Amino acid sequence: MSSVPISQWPSEYKYSAPVAGDTEMVNVTIDGVEVQAPRGELLIKVAQDYGTYIPRFCYHERMKPVGMCRMCLVEVEGMRGLQISCATPVVEGMVVTTQSPDVKEAQDGVLEFLLINHPLDCPVCDRGGECPLQDQTLAFGPGESRFVEEKRHFEKPIPISDLVLLDRERCIQCGRCTRFAAEVAGDPLIDFGGRGSSTEVITYPGAPFSSYFSGNVVQICPVGALTARSYRFKARPWDLSAVETSCQSCSVGCRGVLDSASNRLVRFLGVDSEPVNHGWLCDKGRYGYEWVHAKDRLNIPLVARGGGLVPESWPQALELATSVIRDVFDKHGAKAIGVLGGAQGTNEDAYAWARLAKGVIGTDNVDAQLGDGLPAEVVIGMERATIADLDSARAIVLLGPDLKEELPVLYLRVRRAAVDLGVPLVDIGASNTGLTPYAQAVLRHLPGDPEAVTEKLAAALAGQPTRPDELRPLLEAIDKRALIQKEGPVVVVLGRSSVAEAADATVRAAAILAQAGISAKFLSALPTANVHGALDLGLAPGFLPGRVTLAAGRDELAKTWARVPEEQGLGAAKILANAAGGEIKLLVLLNCDPIADFPDGQLAKDALKNVEHVISLNSFTNESMRHADVVFPITVWGEQRGSISNIEGRVARLGRKITPDGSTMEPWRIATELAARLGHEMDLESFTEVQDEIAQVAPAFVGVDSKLISWARDGAVLPVADHAAEITLALSSLDQNKRSAGVSWEPIPTSGEDTPGNGAVPPAVISPPRPAQALYSWAKQAPERTAALADSYSLRLVASRTLYGNDLITTQSPSLARLATVTAQLRVNERERDRLGVADGEVVRVISSRSSIELPLVVDPSVPERVALVAINRDAPGASDLVDINESVTDLRIETLSKPVIKES
Amino acid sequence: MGFTDEDRVRARAIIDRYPHAKSAMLPLLLLAQDRDGWVTPEAMEEIAVWLGTTPALVLGTCSFYTMLKREPVGDLVVSVCTNIACLVNRGPELLDGLRSRYEGDTAIMVEEVECIAACDRAPAIQINYEYYGPVDTTAAVDIIEQYRSGALQARTISGSSRGAK
Repeated sequence: MSSVPISQWPSEYKYSAPVAGDTEMVNVTIDGVEVQAPRGELLIKVAQDYGTYIPRFCYHERMKPVGMCRMCLVEVEGMRGLQISCATPVVEGMVVTTQSPDVKEAQDGVLEFLLINHPLDCPVCDRGGECPLQDQTLAFGPGESRFVEEKRHFEKPIPISDLVLLDRERCIQCGRCTRFAAEVAGDPLIDFGGRGSSTEVITYPGAPFSSYFSGNVVQICPVGALTARSYRFKARPWDLSAVETSCQSCSVGCRGVLDSASNRLVRFLGVDSEPVNHGWLCDKGRYGYEWVHAKDRLNIPLVARGGGLVPESWPQALELATSVIRDVFDKHGAKAIGVLGGAQGTNEDAYAWARLAKGVIGTDNVDAQLGDGLPAEVVIGMERATIADLDSARAIVLLGPDLKEELPVLYLRVRRAAVDLGVPLVDIGASNTGLTPYAQAVLRHLPGDPEAVTEKLAAALAGQPTRPDELRPLLEAIDKRALIQKEGPVVVVLGRSSVAEAADATVRAAAILAQAGISAKFLSALPTANVHGALDLGLAPGFLPGRVTLAAGRDELAKTWARVPEEQGLGAAKILANAAGGEIKLLVLLNCDPIADFPDGQLAKDALKNVEHVISLNSFTNESMRHADVVFPITVWGEQRGSISNIEGRVARLGRKITPDGSTMEPWRIATELAARLGHEMDLESFTEVQDEIAQVAPAFVGVDSKLISWARDGAVLPVADHAAEITLALSSLDQNKRSAGVSWEPIPTSGEDTPGNGAVPPAVISPPRPAQALYSWAKQAPERTAALADSYSLRLVASRTLYGNDLITTQSPSLARLATVTAQLRVNERERDRLGVADGEVVRVISSRSSIELPLVVDPSVPERVALVAINRDAPGASDLVDINESVTDLRIETLSKPVIKES
Repeated sequence: MGFTDEDRVRARAIIDRYPHAKSAMLPLLLLAQDRDGWVTPEAMEEIAVWLGTTPALVLGTCSFYTMLKREPVGDLVVSVCTNIACLVNRGPELLDGLRSRYEGDTAIMVEEVECIAACDRAPAIQINYEYYGPVDTTAAVDIIEQYRSGALQARTISGSSRGAK
């Protein structure tokens, strides 16, 4: 085959995988082997896909090529000199040689050059043993250096953020970290400073690299120049043992590899999972493993005795809990029992507890969401989008929380879709979020009142001829995108932007979009780790495992379960209200703390004060368990195998890396133990048996059995009501080819009991059966607005999460604890501050219909007028003191401590 | 001193010349240097705001160029070449002579530079990027003092002709 003249090469070079619509394949010869590849794909990637590893330092598949390191030089027939394969797109007829004498000489030269200034301190370097520079020097280098002069010396290490340290001597100036910060994270807080041999990575004085994604630069650094404070000098790579798992710090479910040494977790690295996280993690997910080893972890059951909680043996504690349940059941019936929580556990935990609560005890007063989510019928029954749908969407509509704060890696995916792929973005909300700068349309509304702007948007997207001014840039962007992306859903990222307002308004806005005829699909943005698995497995009133209602699933489930509740039970708010009122006598708290987590703190406090009995499962003590009868210590992430469901409904494997200290138990096993003591053997002895039972009895989970879960490294997305019910399967996210030639900076799970498939070889294609019965589908209706919102208020509250608050992961992980903000502040913009006539930081009295608290007032220019922001993951006093769960919005009045402020209206 | 409102109007015009705001970074850094005699941290921070970027990226660019001074250098920058042609024509002695003459003088900074493409005039110097040479220490001091007294009109610290910005 002859080579193609340069004049016929494509004029535009692409840097990323070809987009839909451009799938023209070309023939390329690499080292004498003819292969087919999409036209425009980068040569280095094509070679890798076909098993030829071209060495590289600066090239990274998820970022644009820069050609800085010159390590990937190859010979291309017809082109003068050697070419950098990381920036050379393939064209028809290209003939490439990757291992000629000229290439070898160039590689020797580049490596010798890089090593001139690189210290050979490998024995004390964190990267030593898994270092791309080490590995590639061995595989491709000259073997010796002619450099005898003194190498550079710098002060080290320099912290570039609270989590990441820089050793400038080791840096080879590949620009991976600086490109990540600018291109991927959108936080360009690091850059190259200086020139030539004094080039170094810099931050601006007083402005550290305080990105939520800073830890990724440590993982992608091809040398040991960037190290993590948490892992520095903790272990050598060859002493680590690893397992692939899913992150549980939020509900995105990023895939990663968890490393341990001597039965202690020491590191968590991202795995490049195409449909989920592209290899990235947020810092909370990356460094949050530390909390597993917190000193205050519960490791023995506690029972109430003599006015306090005292340690007790497992059999005695289980007996006591059983007698409490039986006693309440016998005296007051199943409806006097409420079960809250379960959104932090595994799917197996959720199923076993749903079966215990609904199938054994017979109560439907079960809710995994603590008033901070959306109605279960919406989440379970809405037409779902996957994360990958963002990339091919006609437009993305944000109708939920600040993704950067609550679902950071989803923020990265939305940002990529908007910035790199040109998907038009709409931001609907009461205040600015991390994605606002990238939106073509920013639709601001008063808290609790999104309908009007949503209607306007829905009409415009549906093709209404008149174009409102504020939507014109958006509609033009959509028109432009239609040239390359004609079809595609409108993906609505749907969640709760504030717990200070009722969910109804958000649901109404979602219904408007669902009914607008714009093929809207919804991607949930509920942040709690496994809330979607908990809802899918029946921890919601009115639902049974597998996305079916009580009525629809009753007959089928009755074959396995002893009973199924007759009528729909209560949600969290009513469960707590009934506990406060005395109708509910027993509250079971599944790894939750309503006093801290429920938006209406007063109601939660009343409920836990008045309820007769409390059984709590947790890994730490908390305020809600103060009056518990029994507290069971549970195993947590990293200690327990199983599966989770992420925001897409993707069921993915959880690995176990360490054996827990003390005597903790998996929550699902506690459920089976209690069931047995109540006289109902569940016959579930291992997590795989739970998974197999779920696959058998839960309609949406049909085919998703223990084998499939262990094989599907990227997880399996559950079928969705009324659209194509295929389970998408990606069997391998870790391409073996990437790891050839001893180049190992992609994390590699070692073999062991958690090896995918437990050693069995998966079939090439898995075609799971379709659900036998129709799954629940959301009626796209919402409760009507009951009353007009008051107009004569001073400020309206928006209560939302920030990434680092008073949550356990942040406060109990030493690396993250220094970033935690635990005191609540009232954030308003400058004009509101001036209107109140107070100084920045001054403490003011904040009055709602619920109560009156004192908070420091802080100016935040991103907050619109008539809005006040109070973060919810803060210690009291805070937002939960102000919210009344029965009100549709939370209006505030502010007084200075010295004089009352005259209210303007 | 810092930017004046007049500077900000000019900055806006400079930014508008380019399809991407960030392309205006170098002209703006030169504007700042000519305003203050050096690129102050405040200037870098304000430029970052104008360009919609971070001070880290401004510092990254600024620190690449030795002609952008990140600390005060006085009114005159005297660049003495010590590269090969100037080396053999007593450039180092000229450098030493000027350094000792102006040591502690905050108005005048003497710096050593690599080849400034004036080998035919070796040893050559630049005074605010105006070429002189061949010169010895006495001749160089004489020219510098003419600038200091106002007998000669110096270019700006960035090398622009006065009023030609």
